[in-house]
Amino acid sequence: MARKSRKANRRHPLATVVLIAIGLVVTGGGYALFSSTTTASADTSASSQQTIDEGKKLFAANCATCHGLDMQGTKDGPSLIGVGAAAVNFQVGTGRMPMAMQGPQAMQKPTQFTDEQTAALAAYVASISPGPAIPDERYLQADGDATNGGQLFRINCAMCHNVAGAGGALTEGKFAPELTGVLATHIYEAMLTGPQNMPVFNDNNLTPEDKRDIITYLKFLENNPSPGGFELGSLGPVAEGLFVWIFGLGAVIGLMVWLTAKSN
Amino acid sequence: MAHDEVSGTHSAASDSSAVETSRGASTGTAVIASDVVNPGEPPHRHRVTDIDPKAEKRAQRSVYTLFYLSIAGSIFAVAAYMAFPIEDGDQAALRLNTLFIGVGVALALFGIGLGAVHWGKALMHDKEGIDLRHPVRGSEETIARSVEIFDEADRESGFGRRTLIRNSLIGALVAFPLPGIVLFRGLAPQDEDPAQLLSHTVWKKGARLTLDPSGIPVKASDVTIGSVFHIIPEGLNDLEDRLEQKAKAAVLLMRLNPADLNISPERKGWSYDGIVAYSKICTHVGCPVALFEQQTHHLLCPCHQSTFDVENECQVIFGPAKRPLPQLPIAVDSEGYLVAQSDFHEPVGPSFWERS
Amino acid sequence: MTSTIDHRTEAPAEAPAPRKSGGFTAAAANYIEDRTSISGVVKEFGRKIFPDHWSFMLGEVALYSFVVIILSGTFLTFFFQASMAEVVYNGSFVPLKGMQMSSAMDSALHISFDVRGGLLVRQIHHWAALLFIAAIGLHMLRIFFTGAFRKPRELNWVIGFVLFVLALGEGFTGYSLPDDLLSGNGLRIIDGLIKGLPFVGTWISFLLFGGEFPGTAIVGRLYTLHILLLPAMVVAFIALHLVFVVVHKHTQFSGGGRTEKNVIGYPVLPVYAAKAGGFFFLVFGVIALMASFFTINPIWNYGPYDPSPVSAGTQPDWYIGFADGALRLIPPGWEFVWLDHTWSFNIIVPVLVLVIFLGLVASYPFVEGWVTGDKREHHILDRPRNAPTRTGIGAAGVTFYAGLWAAASSDIIATHFQLSLESVTHTIQAWVILGPFIAYFIAKRVCIGLQKKDREIVLHGFESGRIVRLPGGEYIEVHEQVDEYERWKLVNYEVHEPITLRPNAQGKITGAARLRARMSRWFFEDRIAPATSKELEHGHGDAHGEIEGGGHH
Repeated sequence: MARKSRKANRRHPLATVVLIAIGLVVTGGGYALFSSTTTASADTSASSQQTIDEGKKLFAANCATCHGLDMQGTKDGPSLIGVGAAAVNFQVGTGRMPMAMQGPQAMQKPTQFTDEQTAALAAYVASISPGPAIPDERYLQADGDATNGGQLFRINCAMCHNVAGAGGALTEGKFAPELTGVLATHIYEAMLTGPQNMPVFNDNNLTPEDKRDIITYLKFLENNPSPGGFELGSLGPVAEGLFVWIFGLGAVIGLMVWLTAKSN
Repeated sequence: MAHDEVSGTHSAASDSSAVETSRGASTGTAVIASDVVNPGEPPHRHRVTDIDPKAEKRAQRSVYTLFYLSIAGSIFAVAAYMAFPIEDGDQAALRLNTLFIGVGVALALFGIGLGAVHWGKALMHDKEGIDLRHPVRGSEETIARSVEIFDEADRESGFGRRTLIRNSLIGALVAFPLPGIVLFRGLAPQDEDPAQLLSHTVWKKGARLTLDPSGIPVKASDVTIGSVFHIIPEGLNDLEDRLEQKAKAAVLLMRLNPADLNISPERKGWSYDGIVAYSKICTHVGCPVALFEQQTHHLLCPCHQSTFDVENECQVIFGPAKRPLPQLPIAVDSEGYLVAQSDFHEPVGPSFWERS
Repeated sequence: MTSTIDHRTEAPAEAPAPRKSGGFTAAAANYIEDRTSISGVVKEFGRKIFPDHWSFMLGEVALYSFVVIILSGTFLTFFFQASMAEVVYNGSFVPLKGMQMSSAMDSALHISFDVRGGLLVRQIHHWAALLFIAAIGLHMLRIFFTGAFRKPRELNWVIGFVLFVLALGEGFTGYSLPDDLLSGNGLRIIDGLIKGLPFVGTWISFLLFGGEFPGTAIVGRLYTLHILLLPAMVVAFIALHLVFVVVHKHTQFSGGGRTEKNVIGYPVLPVYAAKAGGFFFLVFGVIALMASFFTINPIWNYGPYDPSPVSAGTQPDWYIGFADGALRLIPPGWEFVWLDHTWSFNIIVPVLVLVIFLGLVASYPFVEGWVTGDKREHHILDRPRNAPTRTGIGAAGVTFYAGLWAAASSDIIATHFQLSLESVTHTIQAWVILGPFIAYFIAKRVCIGLQKKDREIVLHGFESGRIVRLPGGEYIEVHEQVDEYERWKLVNYEVHEPITLRPNAQGKITGAARLRARMSRWFFEDRIAPATSKELEHGHGDAHGEIEGGGHH
């Protein structure tokens, strides 16, 4: 029975980890492997000159129009001095960069580059000026303290992203995106680098362990079904109100019409 | 009123005039109704269950099947209660517990409901009945008698005549709830003045800015450009009235490029190298204003969308709030930690009457 | 109370009074009768007639939801601790383990995670509450648009209105009980709102919260209101409401044989009892289904209340949305210091607007009664099209309310339709001001158009879709006459002519009279009179080239 096997999984303390690992392999397409290699290459000076050259070419062809060949930025795009490999991996890895068009904010899209190309771009940008590196794998396992993570998430993140990570509105057409389905690396990198209008949460504000806990909390929400049933988008009372008017009252009115119609 | 009499033409059709016309109640302004005659009840249409014994049998079968289904639903719900325990705190198990008990209960309810209604519709006698209406107003004799009773009571008691007694009684009745109302003063502490309390927070000179919720002090060098720190005053977590104080003292700490800040002369020394601290409590109705956009430097309140511009001392640029967020003057102590220079210079949070 | 009711009893076999002989039932009935005189009640109500129309069940939906609320709520009280004493959570929900929270939140989580079926009952309670108020709202709209509030039912409209307000109070106090982040911020908004009221605001807030916000008293106080005072009042007003339904007897729509002096429908015993009784289980069933499949108010996501955090999309439950929306729509800067006091018009104005709006709703029957001067009893309902001005006013009211309601979800509208928050707010500001006028105009025109169409159908029949060829080779569509019962439904209404302004007995024209004449003109200037029998004869003969089909089958 499906229920039984699910229960068995839940009971096992390592089940969550295994599940996430499988999920990462399936969705990320061997991302874990790639990520660990880039971390290594970013950390050590052994990062091959070949990768950096490759990144330089990609940068000149795809990014320099807005960010400038020297990465100092133009009127269309900010300077990339000091943003580090983490920012590149986030922006390019989530498809936000290169931007399709100027708008209130860069939208998430299918990625334009392969993982190797993203890594090359990151290596190149990091080679020009140092900045936050791609996070260490050990903070991304979602095995921290979910309670601490939940509390920190509510204090630092929920006002924009909603308590369940469903996203929310910002000013002038901008918005904080939904957090379900976002890779742990990207969540970490977003906190670390503060993409676009998101503030930076440096390691003095949220320590790497805090960030790990926040990821743990988000992954807990993502991997555990809501005990009450379908979440209605986790949007809170607005969704609940619409639901009760349209479906609740709708069903009741349907019954009323049947009840008062003359039997044939 | 004289204008009640403007109604000229009373309706001709007896059926469309209301029951009261016989008593001569006003129809109001001139009423035009159709003189088409009420055709009476339409002919009765028989149901299939009235004509076809097979259909009747079928309906009967449906009804008792539904009632049996209901019993099955109740049993299912009881079984689900036992079969889907939740004690291991497993969310999936809890979901199944909720789902299956709920589905069983719903089945039990729908079985009874659908069965009863179907019975009523298809099998019970379906000839409609008629009740006659009578004016809501009672008969004139009854009304006259009730008026008489009041008159008699008035005469016998002297309620209308002995005005001194009556008025003193009314006075007493008005006065007697007063102690009860006064008692409600005790809902809040006796010796405190709310306006006074609202005007102060626990921030004081030299109090360190610490992280919410851990209470770890923050150094100026920790706050990089584009950062936002959620701040509580040092020692807040140890206070007896932690939540009440936090509701006033919560602060948002941000660092901008100093060139982006337009600082008025009297607030020259309130920030530190682009680091500014503002009250997190909205000046509209008090939600935490915590949505900081690091590029536009706007602060947005998620409750009613008041938007504050950090570059211009948190002036309101959108939404229902009027006043800027109060600024907490900050400095750096000898160890490099951020500290408050004083309390806020004005009451934080929503406006109140005594505030000026 | 009416005491004499003529029944057209068709089925003597189902005699209402307890039988005299034989069996346990008879003995029990006799026992009770000897001690209660219950037979009088059975005689009075057993065969009481209720007319059948789907929209007449809306009030029942509200009543039944309330019963479900009482049942589920009672279960919840056995576990809920209405205390704000701080405890450390040690229940089953992992991401809150070790958190400090109030007993209220702790026990609400305990119900959700550690009591079997507890979450189901919590969700039943909350969904039933949402359905309760939604059903009340729709019931009020039905009453309004069909003119069921007219004499003699004006006072019952007011009682219903009071029930609506009480239900809002029940909803809000219940929403605030778990002391979670969402409801805590809701309370904070209420606190800020109250503080902004002139003269008394600061003190009311201080007394309500037992000191400074949030204090340690509010949950206990709201609990007393929620489970004692408000439900008692709701029960009392429901009883009063139903007594009046019995006294007035239910209204009915126009139809063959139905007059102002009768009511046609099914008797309480047995048909109405089966249908209405069964309907309770159906309403409960729908609520149970919603509660089994759909999460409502996931307090475990919101976490315990803390004055510092807040969630994006912080909204009240739908029924308070119009008030929250009104707050959101105020443009910046509506606050002044005058005479050394703060005048928060950004709060006073929305509060006043809501009070006036609710006041208009409560007093509408009296306003319309004054304008028409109609003192007759009305038991036949209006079709909305036959009261175009009233329908227009209702449409305007609904549009206004919907605007405020939409404003409360402006942020969610913005994200889901990829608009900017500011433009959504500005659009709704314009909607709330202009929308009611537009809605009034459109609804009134649509009503008059429909009335014209009805008249057309009565006089010239309806297009049957059947094409015939005339002997001369001409093709025409056959117009068929509606049957007499259908026709009766279409012509059985009345229109009023506007008042002509005349001096009163003193030879004066008062301001009130002038206002009334103006209102009357506004109400009744545009009207389509029902077809008369003369017109009917004429209409049938004067078929503009069309052939009369066989109307009466």
